[in-house]
Amino acid sequence: MATTDIGLWGVPLAILGGAIRVSTPFIFVSLGETITERSGRINLGLEGILVFGAMTAYAVAVMTASPWLGLLAAAGAGACFGLFHGWICKFPRVNDIAIGIALMLFGTGLAFFFGKSFIQPLAPHLPALPFGFWSDVPQVRAALDVNVLFLIGAFLAAALWWAFRNTRIGLIIRVVGDSADAARAMGVNPDRVRLLATAAGSALAAIGGGYLSLYYPGSWNESISSGQGLMAVALVIFSRWNPLGCFAAAILFGGAGALGPALQSVGVSHGYYLFYAAPYVLTLAIMIATSSPGRTLAGAPGELSITK
Amino acid sequence: MSEAASETTFETVGGRRNAGSRAWIARRAEGVVIPLGALLVGMAAFSIFLLAIGKSPIELFDLMWRGGFSSWFSIQNTLSRTAPLLLAGLCVALPARLGLAVIGGEGAIVLGGVATAAVGEALAGSGVPGPIGIVAMALGGMAAGGLWIGAVGALRHYRAVNETISSLLMAYIAIALMNHLVEGPLRDPASLNKPSTQPIEAIYRIGAIPGTDVHWGLAVGVVACILCWVLIEKTSWGFAARVAGGNMRAAQIQGLPVGPLIVGFCAIAGACAGLGGTLEVAAVHGNANASLAAGYGYTGILVAFLARQNPLAIIPVAILLGGIDASGGLIQRRMHLPDATVLVLQGMIFISILFSDTVYGRWKIFNPELWTEKG
Repeated sequence: MATTDIGLWGVPLAILGGAIRVSTPFIFVSLGETITERSGRINLGLEGILVFGAMTAYAVAVMTASPWLGLLAAAGAGACFGLFHGWICKFPRVNDIAIGIALMLFGTGLAFFFGKSFIQPLAPHLPALPFGFWSDVPQVRAALDVNVLFLIGAFLAAALWWAFRNTRIGLIIRVVGDSADAARAMGVNPDRVRLLATAAGSALAAIGGGYLSLYYPGSWNESISSGQGLMAVALVIFSRWNPLGCFAAAILFGGAGALGPALQSVGVSHGYYLFYAAPYVLTLAIMIATSSPGRTLAGAPGELSITK
Repeated sequence: MSEAASETTFETVGGRRNAGSRAWIARRAEGVVIPLGALLVGMAAFSIFLLAIGKSPIELFDLMWRGGFSSWFSIQNTLSRTAPLLLAGLCVALPARLGLAVIGGEGAIVLGGVATAAVGEALAGSGVPGPIGIVAMALGGMAAGGLWIGAVGALRHYRAVNETISSLLMAYIAIALMNHLVEGPLRDPASLNKPSTQPIEAIYRIGAIPGTDVHWGLAVGVVACILCWVLIEKTSWGFAARVAGGNMRAAQIQGLPVGPLIVGFCAIAGACAGLGGTLEVAAVHGNANASLAAGYGYTGILVAFLARQNPLAIIPVAILLGGIDASGGLIQRRMHLPDATVLVLQGMIFISILFSDTVYGRWKIFNPELWTEKG
């Protein structure tokens, strides 16, 4: 295929394609954290769980030659971490934020420990759907190669948004998150709901990690995550615990993350390290803009320690 | 060492004097016995992990002893790694006394190191005497770290931005900033493979304590721990901070200057971490480069939690974790384990120590109020 020069048009196109590619882990982690936080717990350990998920998915995909089995294993491993977090936080005086910090370090350490021997071998990638088939321009085709997980994530966001409003499970999670006493009065055990919500959230975060190692960037190494798990937690607050908001915010963050590589691809090399900081600066700026000392955040679950 | 630990973990929270000396000991012993027990539980969990993957825990702990503590050589190695851990631990412990979980000390270390290198470059060929130059570099590092974590505290108080997330985000930003400066404006053209700043001139380097290979940073770190302990336990500022940490609303109603306290303590904490960066540049590496982000900031979180946020207890804990760190290489070579082994052990100890929070006040032996009258 002939290479076509599309000049500076390449930048927005690369950002669009990058936004779709980079946003997928954000979507999964933030949806997972939304489930957990809606139940009244915060799990800061998603960063470590994401890295462990990336390692598990890659290792299992190498051993079984199936990326889907890899994702399944990652979800299982993530759920185990979540169950552990949920179990340990039910004890009195155990702080969920501190346990999250510990899991962040522990999950990362464990992933590096087991992942050492999987840095070399190549794993099969997750498939992508070529939505750019109508175009002859290779950049357009590259930008519109959409991974299946992105579509699943979009569907999941809508499904969760619907489920929180219209299903019994959604209602129970919201009640537990807003008032544990009210939940007990309804005959619901808050600790059990939070345990399951944390497990589900962690499983989703681990799938987000699996996307990193099995599709984009598509390899396993010790710097696979650059804080996506942590940024996703901030993103949940920004999107006010709304799954559809999470999806939109994830796309925005993906675009910010794609800025550095996009500029580099058209030859802007000066100061590109600063562009790599763009997602972090954006996260921080959004947190500053949307927080306020005077009032509690709209839509915040009442039992959440981070907003108290 | 255990004696030092038991002495230093004592808290001076007001206790009633009427109970006898046994009650006094019992109350204070709780804060020593439970962390030590949690440490042992973490190590036991790690032993089970090792057995599960077919390695010998006895061999590992033996190597850890030999690599970290058994000889003068290994002790010096341990103590060299202790200095940054002391300062990184303080960066977590000081805000924690106000109830803040600031975990981005890594960013302050990195920027402190870069600021030190920048001051060092300005000093090159200036003829400023060595000690003054070193003080200038240290002030540069402390200012950079203090501004960075002070900003986290300000965001927390004046904008209600969660300090855990913001400090970690700012650590990522700090590392990106360092990469930018080290690869661009501050780069030494002679550093080809590993972009670095200009090497600091020999007269501005921090040397070893006479008779040892351990640089003066260890003494600086110990002094910083003692000063922070005095600040928290013996001054009215420290008292106000502890009140605010116990109940922020009550402190505000009492009219304590909560905002300046938070920003001030965070800035001091950041200055400590920034000083750690100064030591890494001026005493260890000789210039600033990507090695600055070596993870001391993250180990510092564990140091502070193990020490129960008490600056004096940080000293023995940092020596212990420095020793574990120092033996990592030996364990890696002898037992063919990955370098992340130490991270796994640290993670298990961390979880165990947090879990132990739930057992405080549960045991009668530590709780003189529950003792029956014995005459």
